[in-house]
Amino acid sequence: MVDLLMNDLLGTPEILVGLFAFIGLMIQRKAASDVVSGTLKTILGFVILGAGATVITGSLDEFSAMFNQAFNVDGVIPNNEAIVAVAQDSFGGETAMIMLFGMIVNIILARITPFRYIFLTGHHIMFMACMIAVILTTGGMTGVPMVVLGSIILGSLMVLLPAMLQPYTRQITQSDDIAVGHFGSFGYFVSGFLAKRIGDKSKSTEDIKVPKSLGFLRDTTVSVSLTMVILFVVVAMFTGPAFIESEVSEGQNFLIFALMQGLTFAAGVYIILAGVRMLLGEIVPAFKGIADKIVPNAKPALDAPAVFPFANNAVIIGFLFSFIAGLGSMLILPVLGLAVIVPGLVPHFFTGAAAGVFGNATGGRVGAIVGAVANGVMISFLPALLLPLLGDLGFQNTTFGDADFGVIGLALGNLIMLVQSQWLYSLIILAVLAGIFLLSWNRNKGKKNEEEKAA
Amino acid sequence: MKKILVVCGNGLGSSMMVEMNVNSILKEMNEEADVSHTDLTTAKTESADLYIGSADILGNLDDGTRNIALLNNLLDKKELRDALEKNL
Repeated sequence: MVDLLMNDLLGTPEILVGLFAFIGLMIQRKAASDVVSGTLKTILGFVILGAGATVITGSLDEFSAMFNQAFNVDGVIPNNEAIVAVAQDSFGGETAMIMLFGMIVNIILARITPFRYIFLTGHHIMFMACMIAVILTTGGMTGVPMVVLGSIILGSLMVLLPAMLQPYTRQITQSDDIAVGHFGSFGYFVSGFLAKRIGDKSKSTEDIKVPKSLGFLRDTTVSVSLTMVILFVVVAMFTGPAFIESEVSEGQNFLIFALMQGLTFAAGVYIILAGVRMLLGEIVPAFKGIADKIVPNAKPALDAPAVFPFANNAVIIGFLFSFIAGLGSMLILPVLGLAVIVPGLVPHFFTGAAAGVFGNATGGRVGAIVGAVANGVMISFLPALLLPLLGDLGFQNTTFGDADFGVIGLALGNLIMLVQSQWLYSLIILAVLAGIFLLSWNRNKGKKNEEEKAA
Repeated sequence: MKKILVVCGNGLGSSMMVEMNVNSILKEMNEEADVSHTDLTTAKTESADLYIGSADILGNLDDGTRNIALLNNLLDKKELRDALEKNL
């Protein structure tokens, strides 16, 4: 009986998230019909996620066979959706629990510390929960201690990273109403930081004319299909028809095969996105509803595109230069003996564009370019360095894309390799987090005092 | 019941925020509608009485047959409220 409850019921992530959604909907006293449909949709979202993972893994296997034959190194396509979907097989329950308790930690921290941010980008909460689960498990932690530590780490990141960006975010939005809650923060921070020192704020990107024709890349499905088809076809040309038609495609013409595999990958991403959307459709509004009640005057930390309208040209410039930096890095990575991170349009579009907006706010057009290049280099090298720390998941030919996954993953993963004891490890992490909170708390207080004195 | 579709590039983050705002504004206005959010590709094949999104995204959707409300600032509730009042 206990075994059925613990292993089969709670060990099945679909049922676990369904249960969370059910409880959340009951707490909000929704009508019975809403509770039923909301719970079912959440579970269905998770099942769809798994289906998408199967599609993507098939196409990734073919990609890696071709890439390896052609270049004799591993080629990795960073795509958060893909890696998280693939990871759900082994880490589904842990991801769901760290995600849920991480949200609770976020609400508590927003309530008791000066960082009153509520991190509302649901898919990124899920991706980060998954990465933390993978890193901690690979490092040897399991069960309750892993979930507790993971949730505290996640919840802390959900307030600390928006807080880190806020001085720059204020310069972009010219207000203090919203924050950026997106796990590309380190890329944006570096962008804002470098741009401030190198660029000139008065020469904004918004004064130049940029063609609008790149707007169609905002359509994720189009940009994923386009990149993947180009990527598969180019790799197929290097691999050559002999190997592909005899070993991989079962006789199908190598270019047609490459075209179809590229589109299959894009279809997989589309399925996963639909699953994530359905999965989070009930959870995020419930999170916001509860947070609004418990933390008055909380600032919503929103998805990166929230800052795009403040600098439309910086969005295009940022994307282009981030992507160029990604292409450049791709050539350098194998020289250093690292896996080749193939630049994807999606991560470069979203984080490159946001880095461009941050760079423009602190350093004008030069700042937008410098910041976007810095971001592009970061999201190429960080995923490559992170791979060995992801255990078995490091061999899936796809990985986490955005900067924070790299920075946080490397910090957590290297520390756990260094410190063998779980308890010491947890203690160090908690001490570091407490230190960060106390330090910035004091600085905040100091600033307030100064402001009061000045007034 | 009218159907409102909020659209963004990925159909995950910003469109969901706007959807939550739409829901709360509709409540204030005492209106009821079926509100959901999605990505641009799906929006092209899904019918709705009103499509809401930022100008750069919805430009791709405007073929003259759809009822579209463009927002300059996705998070400005006043702008959103005006758009809803005008279109419902």
